[in-house]
Amino acid sequence: MSRQSMRANDPKKVSGELFTLTYGSLIAQLLKDYENVDDVNRQLERMGYNIGMRLIEDFLARANPGRCYDLRDTADKIQQAFKLYLGVSPSIGSWSPGGDEFSVVLETNPMAEFVELPDHCLGLRYSNILAGVIRGACEMVQLEVMAWFIADQLKGDNVTEIRVKFVKRLEDAIPAGED
Amino acid sequence: MAEEVMFDFIHMEAVRYAFQGGEKMSEDEAISKLEHMGFATGYRLVERLTRESGRYKDELDIMKYICKDLWVTVYKKQIDNLRTNHQGVYVLHDNRFRFLSHMAAGKQYLQYAPRYLAFTCGLVRGCLANLGVTCVVTAEVTQLPACKFQIQVQRG
Repeated sequence: MSRQSMRANDPKKVSGELFTLTYGSLIAQLLKDYENVDDVNRQLERMGYNIGMRLIEDFLARANPGRCYDLRDTADKIQQAFKLYLGVSPSIGSWSPGGDEFSVVLETNPMAEFVELPDHCLGLRYSNILAGVIRGACEMVQLEVMAWFIADQLKGDNVTEIRVKFVKRLEDAIPAGED
Repeated sequence: MAEEVMFDFIHMEAVRYAFQGGEKMSEDEAISKLEHMGFATGYRLVERLTRESGRYKDELDIMKYICKDLWVTVYKKQIDNLRTNHQGVYVLHDNRFRFLSHMAAGKQYLQYAPRYLAFTCGLVRGCLANLGVTCVVTAEVTQLPACKFQIQVQRG
C-alpha cells in the first residue's frame, strides 16, 4: 500500500483541488484570449450565470430546500449551497435597512486557493464566476438579483465579500397562445 | 460529492467557451485551447497528488498510476482496460467516460464527443509530462459513452 498517498484517502480535498486548478487554467486561458480584464470579468460572470442555471436544478434535487418566502430565506439557502458545493460556510450579514441587500462573506475562498494576482491583473475579479452563479441560480427560481464583489482577499482585503441585491420578482410567463 | 458537479459544470463551460468563436475559429483551434487548459491542470494536479508517493519504477508503472489513482481522483472510476504494444503506445479504454455518460448511449451526438475529450487528453498529457514522460495523447469514440485514449510516448 505504499503507493496509496494520504491524499488519496481524502477524496474530498483532492476533488476540491481539481476544481480549483481547472478554474485556474480556464482563467489563464481567458487572460490570454482577451486583452483587457474587464472582458474577462464579463466572460466569467456569464459562465457563472450558465452554471447557476444548471446548478439550481442539482441543488433543488439534492438539498430539497423548499420555497423561499423572503430574501432572508434566500440568503440562508445561498449559504447552504456554498457549504454543499464549495465546502465553506460563508456568513451572511450587512443587511441594508430596506432588507433588500445583503453580503455573503467568505473567510477563505476555495476558488482562489493557489492564486496570487500579478500586478497587471489587479482589475481582475478572480472569483467573479460566483457572482454569476448566484444570479443565474436565483433567476431560475424567479428572483432577479444583482451580485457583485465588494472585497477580495486576493486584493489584500481581510475577507471575500459578495454583495447581493434583490431587484424584482419575476412573474410566471404565460406560454404563447394561452390565456 | 458535490464538488464533482462543480468540476463537470466548469468543464462544460470551458467547452462552450472554447467553441463560442463560431465561424471565426476553427475546430482545431478550439480543441487545442481545451487541450492546453487540460495540460495546465494536469501538470499542476499530479504534483499535488503524488507528493507522498514513492518513485515509479518504469513507464508502465506510471501508466498504471494514471489508470488507477488518477482516474479515480478525477473521474471516480478506474480505466477499464489498459493495453500496450511495449513500444511506447498505450491504449486506455473507458467504457463509461464521465463527461460522455450523461450525453447519450449510442451514436447520438457522436460528432460533438471530441469536444468533451480534448480537456482530458491534455490532462493526461500534463500529468505524464510532470512525471517525466513526453507524449501525444489522442482520443477516439465510436459509441457513447465508451471511449479510448491513446498515449504515444515520444522517445529520444
